[in-house]
Amino acid sequence: MANPIEQFKIQPLVPLKVGALDISFTNSAAMMVLSVCLITLFLTLSVRSRALVPGRWQSMAEIFYEFIAGMLRDNVGAEGRKYFPFIFSLFMFVLFGNLLGMMPIPVIGFTYTSHVIVTFAMAAFVFVGVTIIGFARHGTHYLRMFFPEGAPIATAIILIPIELISYFSRPFSLAVRLFANMTVGHIILKVMGGFVVSLGAFYLVPGVVPFAFLSAVTVLEFGIALLQAYVFTILSCIYLHDAIHMH
Amino acid sequence: MPQFDPTFFAPQLFWLLLTFVTLYVLMTMVALPKIGAVLDERQRKIDDNLDKAAQLKAEAEAAVAAYERALSESRAHAHSVIKEASDRLAQEADERNKALAARLAEQIKAGEVRIAQAKDKAVANVRDVAVDVAGSVFARLVGSAADAARLETAVAAALKEHGK
Repeated sequence: MANPIEQFKIQPLVPLKVGALDISFTNSAAMMVLSVCLITLFLTLSVRSRALVPGRWQSMAEIFYEFIAGMLRDNVGAEGRKYFPFIFSLFMFVLFGNLLGMMPIPVIGFTYTSHVIVTFAMAAFVFVGVTIIGFARHGTHYLRMFFPEGAPIATAIILIPIELISYFSRPFSLAVRLFANMTVGHIILKVMGGFVVSLGAFYLVPGVVPFAFLSAVTVLEFGIALLQAYVFTILSCIYLHDAIHMH
Repeated sequence: MPQFDPTFFAPQLFWLLLTFVTLYVLMTMVALPKIGAVLDERQRKIDDNLDKAAQLKAEAEAAVAAYERALSESRAHAHSVIKEASDRLAQEADERNKALAARLAEQIKAGEVRIAQAKDKAVANVRDVAVDVAGSVFARLVGSAADAARLETAVAAALKEHGK
């Protein structure tokens, strides 16, 4: 039985180096490229006919578009409009990373959202971007985030550290939530798959039980893939809302 | 866990940056404007059709109003025509009734006059007969003819006594 951790191993496919920097094309990079290609193909080919009454593919593309546009409108408001392409790209990138990770793709099959460095880079970008937007819009008044208007001055000693911690833990919670969900889900799938093989190899009937469980977990994991992409995106929207409107 | 192996942090970050920026550019330049255009066009078409529908509805309502007005006008006209005709007929009937009543009243009067004449004549006849009878009776009882003047007086008194 294969080690359930092995699926997260990065394999360089084309070793590359720029100076001291290692930029090898790995299975992770291949999946990212595949995601970008599939997202772009899906979204452009589906609306190619520009049908007034959309077909299945066009409906899906429109649903994604309107879903993210609606999320941004509800959570950020009209000012969030200009961040729509970024939020949309973020959602699609995470969603396709999660979903393609569920596919048994040979050689490059990999879930890049299960790597904390990837999720943390995205979360940190959102965090830094949101902080810059906040200071750009409100100047030093943005520091009010850490001590809301109307709070008694005596509470500052407790409130400010709490608010600081909560603010600076945002990128970590965002990154770890996605990474941990993906990692744990894939470990469970791998372990259950191992049971199916090892039990089913000797007796047919005991192998059926972990197989049924594996099927159920697979369905659940697809749900989690969608849900975590949604959560990552909506939290980014909420942070963006805080930066634009303060509390 | 391979996730915490820093060996591959650099290539992952590099490719993440590259692919995400590519995706962002592709979304901004190609995919999102296309989908947005399709949605906008649909919205515009729907709005157009709604406008057209509202216009047609207004026209239909105007037509209905005109029809209703024409209908109520013709109804009022018909009503006045009927009223005029019935008034005229009622007047004619009234006149005819009056003429008939007058003629009947005349005939009744003439009849009454004739009856009165017949009655007078009959009463006169009764008197003559009564005088004759009385004269005959008197002659048989008394044996001689009665005085004609006294006899007439007596018959007249008897008739008067019986209200004739």
